[in-house]
Amino acid sequence: MKKTLRYLYLACVYLFLYIPILILVIYSFNDSKYSTNWQGFTLSWYTQLIADGPLMEAFVNSLVIAFASSVSATILGTLGAFAFYRYRFPGRKVMYTFIYIVMMSPDIVMGISLLMFFIILGMETGALTLLLAHITFCLPFVVVTVFSRISGFDRNIIDVAKDLGATELQMFRHIMLPMLMPAIIAGWLLSFTLSLDDVVVSFFTTGPYFEILPLKIYSMVRLGIKPEINALSAVMFLLSLITVTVAHLVTKENR
Amino acid sequence: MESLPIVRLQGVTKRFDDVCAVDSLDLDIYQGEFLTLLGPSGCGKTTVLRLIAGLETLSAGEISMNGSRLNGTPPNKRNVNTVFQSYALFPHMTVFENIAFGLRLKQSDKQAIRHQVSEALDLVKLSGLENRRPHQLSGGQQQRVAMARAIVNKPQVLLLDEPLSALDYRLRQEMEIELKRVHRQLGITFVFVTHDQEEAISMSDRIAVMNEGRVEQIGTPIKIYEEPENMFVARFVGEINVFDGHVVNVNNGSAVVDIHGQLFPVQNRKKAGTGDKVRVLLRPEDIQVTRDADKNGGPALSGKVDEVIYKGKTVDLVISLDAGETINVTQFFNEDQEDLVYGEGERVHVDWLYGWEVIL
Repeated sequence: MKKTLRYLYLACVYLFLYIPILILVIYSFNDSKYSTNWQGFTLSWYTQLIADGPLMEAFVNSLVIAFASSVSATILGTLGAFAFYRYRFPGRKVMYTFIYIVMMSPDIVMGISLLMFFIILGMETGALTLLLAHITFCLPFVVVTVFSRISGFDRNIIDVAKDLGATELQMFRHIMLPMLMPAIIAGWLLSFTLSLDDVVVSFFTTGPYFEILPLKIYSMVRLGIKPEINALSAVMFLLSLITVTVAHLVTKENR
Repeated sequence: MESLPIVRLQGVTKRFDDVCAVDSLDLDIYQGEFLTLLGPSGCGKTTVLRLIAGLETLSAGEISMNGSRLNGTPPNKRNVNTVFQSYALFPHMTVFENIAFGLRLKQSDKQAIRHQVSEALDLVKLSGLENRRPHQLSGGQQQRVAMARAIVNKPQVLLLDEPLSALDYRLRQEMEIELKRVHRQLGITFVFVTHDQEEAISMSDRIAVMNEGRVEQIGTPIKIYEEPENMFVARFVGEINVFDGHVVNVNNGSAVVDIHGQLFPVQNRKKAGTGDKVRVLLRPEDIQVTRDADKNGGPALSGKVDEVIYKGKTVDLVISLDAGETINVTQFFNEDQEDLVYGEGERVHVDWLYGWEVIL
């Protein structure tokens, strides 16, 4: 009895999480333009999606920005976390706290401040400013993820590597990097998803000639939800499912 | 040991902020010896080891190896290797990869590396476990891997930082013997750090007893145990009973000391003069206990047995003397002496054989 209740509760939680997505996926195959009634199976929304040039362009732009910003943030963030762990320098604690502040600060504040920053620098908003903005808000997540793993390490590991003849670089390459890999992948994954679906910061930091998917969808939705968007969302859901699965398998391999 | 020291520390000082961990320390380490740095935690013994390894930088002084200064040399350029207290095995590597790590940084001949790794594994008796990961090994096995990982690089000096302290009692005794065997087989210098005096005494050729960043005494285990040069060494290494007294008479190499009104003849190693206050030190096993005062004839201190602790091969007695002190005595059984078992509260007399005491 108790066991059944427990499973029931668990099922409720998961249904709550996944039913909306499931409905969206189902409707992406619904042969009806407006209605919420089931009118029959069709793949036409998917073909329309592929044919929609501007939407596909925004999609590709989004993937490029997400990939570039997450990779940059991961490299910078990993090095940053390593520096926080390995070296003692004045202001270390203050700097680490500021990393948290960036992470906690509301997107709207960040968007506006970055926009002002770019204007002061005289940079025209577009792909580059968008990329810089995304790297900025992804970076703290990588630092925090990697640092939490690295601070669990036995400090002697570094000493051992040096004692056995490794230079600082060899130690980082052969010891730190492999040991940190699960955290690095997690940080990268987090950055990638954060960048891919960011609306607020992107709204302020991209220009009129560089459209990305979340903003495009946002503007499209104002005219009502088209089934094409359902199809697009279903594709993106599949994409994230694949990424998470791959990441899970890779980190499992590394353990 | 007339030969030149392999490692020489001169005026070595290390300060962490305002704390002086090592205080102008001089130490010569000789080729092939098993030297132990013994001391309580925080006495700077691990810091000395890390300074030799190059993992800390000197605040002052000089460390030289084979006659050449080591001061600025980074750890990866020194011909020493360290076994750490926590083993610090690389968790993402197999046993083989752990041991091969140092070799792979220096050479690329895979065949040679494999050969040397298997030699090292043989030496620590771990052959066949090459493909295990550290988390699949027991504490003792991890310890052996850490050893193999260090010695495979053929260092001139192997530094060991409390390598046995994480092991349980049985395993520790086993590893003590193993360590001695490896030391003998390799013939290289071992510098061993521990706070465990039994470990130090049973393994070392020489012991340097450290306290507050300085060496209090250096010598063979027998010297350290039987002829401590100061109160710190006497108290830290083994148990000891201390009697306060003053010298009433000096005669060649011996003196007569008044302890609570009893006149004890002692060996005057300290060269004390008449009237000097001295402390007479006695190990528990050097004290004799008798039931009647005049059995041995000479001077004796009287008291009563407070506690009797039977330990199998020995009986430990806690005796409170009439003069106020409490002393510990260890009595060994031997076959023709069956009256060693005293009762609590029984009155006894204690004395010792001339020359078994140390005076400070």
